[in-house]
Amino acid sequence: MFVERIQSVALIHPEWGNMDFQTDFQLQVEHALDLRGHSRVLFVDASATCPAPFSLLPLIPAKDASFTTHSMTPQAVLHTYYELEADLPPPAWLLAIRGERFELGETISSSAEQYLQAALIWVENWLKTGK
Amino acid sequence: MSFDLETAKLSDKLRRVAIEPVSRVEGHGKVTILLDDDDKVHQVRLHIVEFRGFEKFIQGRPYWEVPVMVQRLCGICPVSHHLAASKALDIIVGATQLTPTAEKVRRLMHYGQILQSHALHFFHLSSPDLLFGFESEVGKRNIVGVAAAYPDIAKKGVLLRKFGQEVIRITAGKRVHGTGSIPGGVNKSLSREDRDFLLKDAYQMVSWSREAVHLIKQLHQQNPALYDIFGSFRSNMMSIVAPDGGLDFYHGALRARDADGKIMFDQVDYQGYAQLLSEGVKPWSYMKFPFITALGEENGWYKVGPLARVQNCNHIPTPLADAERNELVAYGKGAPLHATLAYHWARMIEMLFAAETIKDLLHDEDLMGDDLVVSGEHQREGVGVIEAPRGTLIHHYRVGDDDLVTMANLIVSTTHNNQAMNTAVREVAKRYLDGKKLTEGLLNHIEVAIRAFDPCLSCATHALGKMPLEVTLQDADGNLLDRLAKVSHGDD
Repeated sequence: MFVERIQSVALIHPEWGNMDFQTDFQLQVEHALDLRGHSRVLFVDASATCPAPFSLLPLIPAKDASFTTHSMTPQAVLHTYYELEADLPPPAWLLAIRGERFELGETISSSAEQYLQAALIWVENWLKTGK
Repeated sequence: MSFDLETAKLSDKLRRVAIEPVSRVEGHGKVTILLDDDDKVHQVRLHIVEFRGFEKFIQGRPYWEVPVMVQRLCGICPVSHHLAASKALDIIVGATQLTPTAEKVRRLMHYGQILQSHALHFFHLSSPDLLFGFESEVGKRNIVGVAAAYPDIAKKGVLLRKFGQEVIRITAGKRVHGTGSIPGGVNKSLSREDRDFLLKDAYQMVSWSREAVHLIKQLHQQNPALYDIFGSFRSNMMSIVAPDGGLDFYHGALRARDADGKIMFDQVDYQGYAQLLSEGVKPWSYMKFPFITALGEENGWYKVGPLARVQNCNHIPTPLADAERNELVAYGKGAPLHATLAYHWARMIEMLFAAETIKDLLHDEDLMGDDLVVSGEHQREGVGVIEAPRGTLIHHYRVGDDDLVTMANLIVSTTHNNQAMNTAVREVAKRYLDGKKLTEGLLNHIEVAIRAFDPCLSCATHALGKMPLEVTLQDADGNLLDRLAKVSHGDD
């Protein structure tokens, strides 16, 4: 939902430069390869615990022992990039948007919709100003 | 094939094993172990929460929505659910024979899925244990550790997975929630540009997959004392096979062999799976225990997935994978391999088969055809079966006159392997835990056994850090002695 909306806005703002959008269930090793050639990266996810309306966390590559699971943390993806490419990954942030309903078939709540709008406004500014 | 160590002969209160039902769709694994005062193992159980809530979710939906909707079941193998549902709904729309283009596009999608899932499992989830040892430094025992120590292997693993994902993207329309397969066929074929894009890397994938088979075969042969014994147990094996008995992940009929390799039934139409298989219920688990009805619950359970499939078939229809299968079969000296760690060997042979099949399919002009969908006389009930990366996957639907789904029954691979995984864990606990204090190394021995089956312990969630594998240790009075839990970040 977030990506669809920001993609449509980006169409009328060519001055924001080239952008790639990826949507996936969960992060995996090949996402490290998706970071190639990008000057900055924003990971976006719904969160059940972050402060409303959203929080922003600068990401640092970190070793991660997530070998018993099928999903990786953004930090582990960045570290995998470092190991695979022998180079530092692009600067990256995690934008966590507060969500409220996570069960199957649930629609977005009105307050979560407001949090989403707040996050979209912040991202538009981030894309425009670079900070 | 007994249920040794399933239930301890203790007082009622000792059966108070905590099971935490969760309504979310991701898996949640939990192992409980009961010991006496001498630390002798009396009971070991693996609990995994099943996806039952999903079946209810599907009911009342229009049938044509189902192939897209069911992809939410699993973040690693959504394509398997996409295709199993499509196959069931082919029956509903009367599509008894797909067009060559539709069937081949679906096959390509599925073999891409097998390739990426097996690559992820071996290189990301299992190779750290196999390359560094089960009790190696925990901080090193992960894909990052593999990348540091074996950069070439790690990179090939990532690129194999990436290639499989690209096959899915091109055939399903996108990497997530693809819509490529629909009841009666597919909604798009490949463009020549798409075909050429995949073909340029296809041969490299075959080569790397072959190297992966050689790597795991070498590990197996270097340490037979470990690989032949760890978590080994005898069981029946089940999968679908092609009409000629060959390995086929996309379509076939059901075959099962007993623990000695003797065929028990063959070429059984899976539309009648409900007569062939039953699902047992145990009071301590939310996941059912399927078994072959005619053999009963105690003798009729079986394993599915790579080790079952590679030995259940007569041959593999691609030359390199078939040669590797022959080596695996020869290693058994006339008897089926039942070693849990042999799952990895079989899995890499399957990955090679998938890579070879993708390469061959990409040379087939039918992939770029225009005849995409067929239909016929509508039916009210259909069953779709596919060999998913982890094993046989059954989707069964009934649809009302209003085209809404009235019944859905899914038997996922992890459910088929429920008894097999429990037995593997018990074998490992008997051999490595008896009389010892619970340590991270022990926890990992248990995890290694479970992981060989590649169960969906954590799937389809964005909630990072909420999918623990938990081991609890209780004394004969039911008191908690020790507990170790590993969350998705690997924290203990």
